[in-house]
Amino acid sequence: MILHQLTAYEVLNLIRKKKITAYEVMQDIFNRIGKIDNLIKAFLITNQEEALKEAKEIDVKVKNGEVLPPLAGLPVAIKDIIATRGTETTCGSKILKDFVPPYDATVISRLKAAGAIIIGKTNMDEFAMGSSTENSAFGPTHNPWDLKRVPGGSSGGSSAAVAADETFVALGTDTGGSVRQPASFCGMVGLKPTYGRVSRYGLIAYASSLDQIGPITKDVTDSALIMKVISGHDNMDSTSVNLKVPDYLKSCQEGIKDLKVGVPKEYFIEGIDPEVKDVLDKALKVFEKLGAKIEETTLPHTEYSLPTYYLIATAEASSNLARYDGVQYGYRAEYYDDLASMYQNTRSEGFGSEVKRRIMLGTYALSSGYYDAYYLKAQKVRTLIKEDFDKAFSKYDILITPTSPTPAFKLNEKVSDPLTMYLSDIYTIPVNLAGIPAISLNCGYSKSNLPIGLQIIGKHFSEEILIRAAFNFEQNNNVEKRKPEIKPAKFKEAAA
Amino acid sequence: MKEEVVIGLEIHIQLMTKAKMFCHCSTDYIGKKPNTNTCPVCLGLPGTLPVLNKKVLEFATRTAVALNCKIEQVSRFHRKNYFYPDLPKAYQISQYDSPLGVGGYMEITIPGNNEKRRIGITRVHIEEDAGKLVHEGDIASSSYSLADYNRCGIPLAEIVTEPDFCSPEEAQIFLVKLRSIVQHLEVCDGNMEEGSMRCDANISLRDAKTGALGTKVEIKNMNSFKAVKKAMQFEVDRQKKLLAEGEKIIQETRHWDESKNITVSMRSKEEAHDYRYFPEPDLLPLKVDLKIVDKIRENLPELPESRRERFINDYQIPRYDAEILTSSKALGDYYEKTASLYSNGKVLSNWIMGELSRYLNEEKVKIEDSPISPEKLAEMLKLIDGRIISVKMAKNVFEKMFKTGKDASQIVKESGISQITDENELLNVIDKVIKENPKSIEDFNQGKENALNYLMGQVMRITKGRAKPDFVFNALKQSIKKGV
Repeated sequence: MILHQLTAYEVLNLIRKKKITAYEVMQDIFNRIGKIDNLIKAFLITNQEEALKEAKEIDVKVKNGEVLPPLAGLPVAIKDIIATRGTETTCGSKILKDFVPPYDATVISRLKAAGAIIIGKTNMDEFAMGSSTENSAFGPTHNPWDLKRVPGGSSGGSSAAVAADETFVALGTDTGGSVRQPASFCGMVGLKPTYGRVSRYGLIAYASSLDQIGPITKDVTDSALIMKVISGHDNMDSTSVNLKVPDYLKSCQEGIKDLKVGVPKEYFIEGIDPEVKDVLDKALKVFEKLGAKIEETTLPHTEYSLPTYYLIATAEASSNLARYDGVQYGYRAEYYDDLASMYQNTRSEGFGSEVKRRIMLGTYALSSGYYDAYYLKAQKVRTLIKEDFDKAFSKYDILITPTSPTPAFKLNEKVSDPLTMYLSDIYTIPVNLAGIPAISLNCGYSKSNLPIGLQIIGKHFSEEILIRAAFNFEQNNNVEKRKPEIKPAKFKEAAA
Repeated sequence: MKEEVVIGLEIHIQLMTKAKMFCHCSTDYIGKKPNTNTCPVCLGLPGTLPVLNKKVLEFATRTAVALNCKIEQVSRFHRKNYFYPDLPKAYQISQYDSPLGVGGYMEITIPGNNEKRRIGITRVHIEEDAGKLVHEGDIASSSYSLADYNRCGIPLAEIVTEPDFCSPEEAQIFLVKLRSIVQHLEVCDGNMEEGSMRCDANISLRDAKTGALGTKVEIKNMNSFKAVKKAMQFEVDRQKKLLAEGEKIIQETRHWDESKNITVSMRSKEEAHDYRYFPEPDLLPLKVDLKIVDKIRENLPELPESRRERFINDYQIPRYDAEILTSSKALGDYYEKTASLYSNGKVLSNWIMGELSRYLNEEKVKIEDSPISPEKLAEMLKLIDGRIISVKMAKNVFEKMFKTGKDASQIVKESGISQITDENELLNVIDKVIKENPKSIEDFNQGKENALNYLMGQVMRITKGRAKPDFVFNALKQSIKKGV
């Protein structure tokens, strides 16, 4: 038994049953990180000392026979956009280098209260703007399945860490697909909850009306386990919804016979890799075999999702990121003559090019004289996209689509062409615009052994159904589950 | 061309809720050490989110209702984006095209002709306050700025009027009444000097003949009622002069410079900010239960207007007195408290509007902090009525009370200045005066009434003013008649 290869559910059981100690688990995890993270570069910072100390405290509780919280002793990695009290939180940006929040995000408090142990902060595209984790100010993360390839983004550090067994679970954030697309590129399970299901307090905002925190896990069970802990109303977030949190683990146990599944035709045209389509078609057959009723459907406004997203998200970002001005905290330019040049130099030097591109785009979209043509129009189209989904969900319980048009692409392949990069999120973005939940899970592999993800979309607060459908598929998919083989030599060769 | 003055006002009032608008920090920030009255939320630290303090909505609704506004069932918060070091999020959470209250009015009375004017209230909305920049020396000479965020997130209500004022005087009358209203509503202390009530004015001139509107200029930084009137008058004169000289008025924002008594250009229309307003995604649309609005309307406290009428009726004082006494809540409260202890309303209003106001103004003391409490004032007035002291003596006693905070009776006792109540003692003095002034007696007997005043003065001189005047007056007359 190799500890770090287990799932969270399995390792928690072993701790609970005193088969292993939380300390042993933690040691194994840090050994693993020490051994391979120089290749993956998933972590920006780790808390080894503190984490081992906390693991010992859990072991004392186990020994004393105390009632254990649900995640007692579980190592968890956190995307570096989620505030952790006393630990640097940089958003992958130079402008927040060395920024230490004096408070925990609500999800962090909930994880800690459930006995989870934060082992470190993971790499990401700067301020979650990107689909490859190449936009990090601290260098890219590598895909464990092929180190020459990107892990996806923006939560690439989180998904690579889980895929490389450097942690059992990780939290990511999803504004346009940033949990699901990297989960899919790394063969993991990524869940984007309904907007309002998980508190955003402490999630450093990129696009406030779209951002949600979600788990990246090795399997659906773990996803259910984490969702149960982080979901629920929070007094600190006005947009969090006061609805009872179901027992997601329990919902796995039911089947999906007669589940009505829609497959939107707009997701299978133009730009989709034939291998992805092929694997998806096979996956749909598995659903059919399980008794689901599958039909082709339509989401007619799909083609407007990308431009709509890039107006709304950037408009909100231009405002959310305005606070990084060098006054109170974070980076401040060394040279400036007056207030205006302090702002200008600080922000010019502190932000990377993709962030600047989006701030400019968003500023433009909100400018007087352009607001109606861009921001307001985009909001109207957003409503149409929502209505597409409402209509579909009046007929179907879930929709199934690919998560991304292609498997993981190569490092540097799309860096110089932002528009091509944006297309990587074309299947995930509409979900954020509609505020509905979706889960991505592995459904197969390309010929070159790259994972391919399947996305299940549900209506508002239908995470239970998503988890149930995903679990049933996971248990019955006839593709054998693989582990990535991390091959440094090959990478070095390629790099040379 | 004959011009008419057109003025509209924008007033910000700090709402006196206990906690700030979006966090649990106290609103009691004045005098606190810089940056100690803050938390991650009002500092706008990354990842924090605003949660509306429901009391803010209640206070603002109360204000809007008292100003006869229609309360919108659903309104929205917007972000007003601009960079400034006192604004930690680089945007202010405000309301833009969907304010809480719209279409209200307030009536003012123009003194002199007693004309009633209805001033339109365009809107009442809520927004958060920013921090403050502090400079060593003054802003021009200091080489750096320090930011104090204690004020960040203090709730404000912004009240915007229609351009209904025809003169700076009218605008000032409105402001004074508005202050009194918000004080009576207990939503704001109305202190312009401390910035809890702030006023900007839009001023333009209209062609009296054609009605064509002129270019408007916005005036900011008027930090007292006096400054408001002076600044507005200056701006009206400046615009009139420009037009008379054939010059054009530029649309701009001007700053009132209190030390120089002029307005100075801050920025022109071209330099105006583009605030890039958009709906605040971190807050849900603001929903107001109309039943609660009705409840607020039913439970509005007594407002200055009805209080004034009540004062006229209950205390039998002139309208003018009642108007002044209700122009601030604290003044009205002081009057009422004292009136509950002392029954002559008019004597009381004279003392409050006269001596007390004079000393308070001179010493820059708020009436709430007056060293002469209503109880002490009532006691002093009773000493006058009881002939223990004369009105003239009372003025000295009052001064000592104000300066020492002592009771009137204590001061009277200590300085031995009470009136001579022993009539025999007084009659002896009167005899002495009559004997020493035969000429005056003669004059009086010949019908010169003035002579009696002279004799009274002599008695007062000898008794150091401690004689009861009416007793002396009657006693003198009688003694002379008896033909001493």
